[in-house]
Amino acid sequence: MDLLSPIKDHHSERRLFIARVALMSVGSALLLGTVIARLVQLQVIDYEDFAARSQGNRVRIEPVPPIRGLIFDRKGRVLAENLPAYQLELIPEQVEDIEDTLSRLAMLGLVEVDDIPRIKELSRSGPRFKPVTLNLRLSEKQIANFAIQRPRFPGVDFQPRLVRHYPHGYAVAHAVGYVGALSGRDVERLETSRYAGTAQTGKTGVEFSFESNLHGDPGYRHVVNNALGRRVSVESGGRSDSLPSDRTPSPGANVYLSLDLDLQLIATEAMRGWRGAVVALDPWTGEILALVSAPSFDPNLFAVGMSTAQFSGLQDDLDRPLFNRATRGAYPPGSTIKPVLALAALETGATNLTRKTLCRGYFMLPNTTHRYRDWKPEGHGEMMLHDAIEQSCDVYFYEISSDIGIDRMHFYLDQFGLGRLTEVDIGDESAGLVPSRDWKKRAFREPADQRWFQGETVIASIGQGYMLATPLQLAGAAAALATRGTRFRPHLVAAIEDPLSGERTLTSAERLADVDVKNDHYWSSVIDAMHDVMQGQRGTARAAARGARYEMAGKSGTAQVFSLSQEEEYKEEEVAERLRDHALFIAFAPVDDPRIAVSVIVENGSSGSRVAAPIARAIMDKYLGYDGDAT
Amino acid sequence: MRLSNTTQLIARKPAPLNQFTRFFRSLNIDWPLFVGLLLILALGLVVLYSAVGENLRLWLSQIGRLGVALMAMLFFAHLSPELMRRWTPWGFLLGCILLVLVLTTGEVIQGARRWLDLGVRFQPSEIMKLAVPMMAAWYLHDRQIPPRIGQFLLLCLIIIVPTVLIAQQPDLGTALLIAASGFIVIVLAGLPIRFLIVLGILAVPGSLLLWKFMQDYQKQRVLTLLNPDSDPLGAGYNIIQSKIAIGSGGTFGKGWTNGSQSHLEFLPERDTDFIFAVMGEELGLLGALALLGLYVFVIGRGLYIAIQAHDTYSRLLAGSISLTFFVYVFVNTAMVTGIVPVVGIPLPLVSFGGTSMVTLMAGFGILMSIHSNRKLLPH
Repeated sequence: MDLLSPIKDHHSERRLFIARVALMSVGSALLLGTVIARLVQLQVIDYEDFAARSQGNRVRIEPVPPIRGLIFDRKGRVLAENLPAYQLELIPEQVEDIEDTLSRLAMLGLVEVDDIPRIKELSRSGPRFKPVTLNLRLSEKQIANFAIQRPRFPGVDFQPRLVRHYPHGYAVAHAVGYVGALSGRDVERLETSRYAGTAQTGKTGVEFSFESNLHGDPGYRHVVNNALGRRVSVESGGRSDSLPSDRTPSPGANVYLSLDLDLQLIATEAMRGWRGAVVALDPWTGEILALVSAPSFDPNLFAVGMSTAQFSGLQDDLDRPLFNRATRGAYPPGSTIKPVLALAALETGATNLTRKTLCRGYFMLPNTTHRYRDWKPEGHGEMMLHDAIEQSCDVYFYEISSDIGIDRMHFYLDQFGLGRLTEVDIGDESAGLVPSRDWKKRAFREPADQRWFQGETVIASIGQGYMLATPLQLAGAAAALATRGTRFRPHLVAAIEDPLSGERTLTSAERLADVDVKNDHYWSSVIDAMHDVMQGQRGTARAAARGARYEMAGKSGTAQVFSLSQEEEYKEEEVAERLRDHALFIAFAPVDDPRIAVSVIVENGSSGSRVAAPIARAIMDKYLGYDGDAT
Repeated sequence: MRLSNTTQLIARKPAPLNQFTRFFRSLNIDWPLFVGLLLILALGLVVLYSAVGENLRLWLSQIGRLGVALMAMLFFAHLSPELMRRWTPWGFLLGCILLVLVLTTGEVIQGARRWLDLGVRFQPSEIMKLAVPMMAAWYLHDRQIPPRIGQFLLLCLIIIVPTVLIAQQPDLGTALLIAASGFIVIVLAGLPIRFLIVLGILAVPGSLLLWKFMQDYQKQRVLTLLNPDSDPLGAGYNIIQSKIAIGSGGTFGKGWTNGSQSHLEFLPERDTDFIFAVMGEELGLLGALALLGLYVFVIGRGLYIAIQAHDTYSRLLAGSISLTFFVYVFVNTAMVTGIVPVVGIPLPLVSFGGTSMVTLMAGFGILMSIHSNRKLLPH
């Protein structure tokens, strides 16, 4: 290239460059001069003042964490509160022999032996004057015990703090959630200045989703420390230097849930020994009245802090107590979707109310030999739509399935909220799955797998195959049947209360798109059939409704466990029990003026009508005030 | 035959070098610059040991990073300016593409997208710290100096595009450094003084415009500078505590590892952006002046190398690298002493962390390469 381009004058260019360097050097020198002048001002002229302030900087501004808002049920009963507790702390630089101190504390039962390596690591890695927590919650006996021995343990002391407490923890754990120690990931997510003094944050459930309401805003105060950073006393008010005065923290908002503790307790008791979930909704508002996932766990363990062994015990438990089955468990809905498909069949003309089908216990597609079996091997005999719902005849639905078609099934199930997120206010849910031709094309890569087979439509008509729904979605579908198509977004939080003014902000019911059924008569027919499921002569769940003094409607479902979910691991001897059918039930009551809609899923419960239906009944009895009647 | 004779003649001429000298000479190291840098790094490590709370593990990890940075310096010292110049446009283009990638697919960490994970995690904005002044110098290399107005405008575009992309992440500190490094090239290339004055006047409405585009937390920092006591737990806390730390150090300091401000955790970010305050507290005015003196020496040597350089590209690049280093030093020390608002710029070669250190040392490698290659280029 033209490195020696004729128009370039290298000498004048260099002169210009040197002039510019000189210019910028002068500018830089001026800027550096201001910094040096500032240093002289701070370190020489104002030295006395700052030296005094740094001495007085034994006065430390300390953040005061706000008191976390309380959580109540719909009747104002406390579900989450804050209780005072004492924790044991150690300041590494004040302890001569940490090893010895810890082993002596362990002998007194004040420190877990398992925790000692972790504590030693903490006291080595952190700043030496910063306290390390040895025991998050001392019992009164431990406090007394330590108080006597205190002179033997320089650098070890107990400190008061507030601990989150869940009085009915086990029964509400999955709805309310729990708080736990702030993790690195939490810190990235949260606003650091608001969490300056906070040690815990909501991890799941309402505690997590409504963290910003519950947390409150921190205050600060001036604390006098001695030369080693140890607190001497708390100063009140502002000081003579330019530090401003203290600020009291503003407590977090109280949260009122729509949950009914009575229903939670009943459902939790009924699910004892089972795995599964119970969800109850107010069909006219979407308020969640009950949300139970079984087995549950004690959320207080998280709030107080638990040992690694306890935590891995919970996490590795085969029954997965930490898993919220109510919102995240996706189950084949089985026959519980038959009322929805009956509506779809009526609306699309795939059947009518008087069409008769002879059920011989099995169904075959034309020109094939595969037998799709009814749950009743000998068959139901001659069936009309009403009977097919009441007695849960599979063959009737097999027969009409190809006339409805999988895409129209999808269209109606989707309108009932199946196969899509409910957008419940605690989040953390599974969308379930309602298959369609489109879905299959998207979900599979091989062209051979992307084809939709007619046989898949047949089994979809009884809620098997690819179809999956969460207990919350099924409760929503039951609610939409109860209201004849009016739907609301399910939510747990009914009101948020300003703790200072007592002013409550109510959560308004959020209406969703109605289910589009043109002929209102069809609703009556389907609901009538659901009523007879429970209170008809031959209803599958008539045993569960015995003795009821109100009209209820329901639908049982029994779903085959045809494949094991990937996340689960099975012990061999348990496989048989865990391959039993899931028992499902949806219900609502009273039929004419529905106030509650329920879904119950009992994993491997074998029979929806025998195992799941009585649980739904007990909940409706309690909510409607007939709980004295229980048989 | 004749050719080989000649080579023999030339080869015999210099005094016999021992192996060590030959090895060191082959490293292309500029000794005054290198010694200055080593002194800064050594002083920095001393202060850092105290700032990380005498945590040996953290301190050793910083030494590891320093090793990487020195390797980067040696590597760049070996690339000839000629080679760098030829690769400049491609490097710049690659940098721009990576910046767009960061904005679209980068990892979000603490609300900002700065990191890109392409096998190794890195901040593409670091590439631009060198690529922008290189590109500006490349553009001016073959052109008459001082350039014409249209060429200045094109140069502005070269600077503004990456600056805006980085400001979007948002990373105001780095955007500022990159804009400065490009602007320095323009001034060194002879931007007429009257334009500088016009720019100075335009800065007033410009800063008002900038205010409109600033994030809330950035506005907060400016307001905090004016009245630190307004928010003692939040943004103002840093400035109050850092001023107390420096001021209480006095002339001679409280002594190494004896700073109560830093050791009682009053001073936030004491091992990163605010490490100059630890230095002021523990080593006093004398320590701070010693560090500033070392900085001045390194910058002066860099400018000397720039003046000695024999082509436009090398000259402008060396000048920009040296003066941008000054911008680092000034902005950080001015922010820690409460003269300018808090901008996330570390104290160069001293603050904890490896990302900017590697780029800085690579820049000094370039200076060394320019200096040792100066006679090979046409005059």
